[in-house]
Amino acid sequence: MRFYKISVFILCLLPISLLLYFFYIDELGANPFETLTRQSGEWSLRFLLLTLAMTPLKVILKQSWPLKFRRMLGVYTFFYASIHLLTYIWFDQFFDWPEIWLDIVKRPFITMGVLSWFILLPLAVTSTKAMKKRSGRYWKKLHQFVYLVGVLVLLHYFMLVKADYWWPVLYAVIFIVLMTFRFKAIQQGISHLFWFKIPLRQE
Amino acid sequence: MFIKKAVSIKPSEITPKEIYQQRRQFLKTSINTGLGLAATGLLATHTADVFAGYGLKTLKHVKNTKYTVDDDLTEYKDVTTYNNFYEFGTSKSSPAATAHKLNTTPWSIKVEGHVEKPATYHLEDLMNEQTLEERIYRLRCVERWSMVIPWLGFPLSELIKKVKPTSKAKYVEFSTLYRPEEMQGQRRGVLDWPYVEGLRMDEAMNPLAFLAVGLYGEVLPNQNGAPIRLVVPWKYGFKSIKSIVTIRFTEQQPVSSWTRAAPREYGFYSNVNPNVDHPRWSQRRERRIGEFLKRKTLMFNGYADEVAHLYAGMDLKKYF
Repeated sequence: MRFYKISVFILCLLPISLLLYFFYIDELGANPFETLTRQSGEWSLRFLLLTLAMTPLKVILKQSWPLKFRRMLGVYTFFYASIHLLTYIWFDQFFDWPEIWLDIVKRPFITMGVLSWFILLPLAVTSTKAMKKRSGRYWKKLHQFVYLVGVLVLLHYFMLVKADYWWPVLYAVIFIVLMTFRFKAIQQGISHLFWFKIPLRQE
Repeated sequence: MFIKKAVSIKPSEITPKEIYQQRRQFLKTSINTGLGLAATGLLATHTADVFAGYGLKTLKHVKNTKYTVDDDLTEYKDVTTYNNFYEFGTSKSSPAATAHKLNTTPWSIKVEGHVEKPATYHLEDLMNEQTLEERIYRLRCVERWSMVIPWLGFPLSELIKKVKPTSKAKYVEFSTLYRPEEMQGQRRGVLDWPYVEGLRMDEAMNPLAFLAVGLYGEVLPNQNGAPIRLVVPWKYGFKSIKSIVTIRFTEQQPVSSWTRAAPREYGFYSNVNPNVDHPRWSQRRERRIGEFLKRKTLMFNGYADEVAHLYAGMDLKKYF
């Protein structure tokens, strides 16, 4: 398990490493700062969907190992979301706090984005084992707020697009499919549909 | 920035402006060549680079010294790889990747509507009648980025005078080519094809309104709107319609493609205006491509002296 966890940990650092590398060699196009913002945003959404995909994977494979990656993927979601937020505060607004506040109040898509990050923050903070123990039965309730974040970031994406809704629609469809697995009846139905089991080879 | 008045320096000692403005490109080339040669021990034989152009057909032209900008030019590479041209896909890089499929020869422009001489003109004939001039204009996109581009072309007013609109002509409507087999972005209904833009007659007759057939001394690359496009530098970039095939003179105000797609966000006028926000973002600042810090957006993109009178007495918040 340790081997798989370390591999996934390193794999998750690949997008940011490549972005920084291409930024360094000036291969992020004519507007590298915009590319950094867009890519970090897109990667945080992808990691959110990956995190949400672990439960369905458990149901389909009838194995519990996907759940072991859920926390790491969740923390990476927060990591990429934080980079995304930082690129906005830095490259878009240059730490002009009054202007940022105005943006949050006046622009709904900014509101959705910033709100999402502030919901993710306590989830990331309480992701350690000790915190999980301490918060007891509230922990699960708290972490279900990730579903709300999913809705908010999709709205965030839809509202910033000018005309081409292809990508946000695709991500929304994936999100909806992943959400349906949260219903018990559907879980059982799907469980019957897939007959195979894929265990992770133990070290 | 540039030496505007000759002092005691001989003209021959001053670096020509176009070379000066391309110094980043020049430095890059020199450095790359320099390093390569140094590595093979041939540095001593390295002589000054002779700039050989960008590989497209060059166009004979004169420089219009009235319409110029003292800012650095945006690099050719950036101008030709960072494009909004939805006919070739909605990402910035897709036009440069897919526009080579467009065949721009032969090209003709249909002039119709309220004109004395409705006709179809061959682009070559139109170009032969005009002295091509180079103008350096700022370009401000509604998405808050901007460039400085040396265009080649002729004033729109020259074409309008030639085709003689009648008194009924109050507006000019332009349409882009519709050819989905060569413009793959048109296979999806992202916008209502063909792309349509329009100007009020006095805007179209303003000396700034320009029909560009080239940039950086050469014919337009396809992704920049080849073979002929509008350039109206005091308006947001999407007003400067590309690959024009029809020019129609109308009595009614045309409905632009972006206005049709989102009437609350993109008005008919779409003048660059730092005081009127896009509903979803502020227009007060912009990022000049190639720069890190943002610049303040200028009223009418810095062309207020030339065009502000066109809108005297108009509420620009209402007529955005």
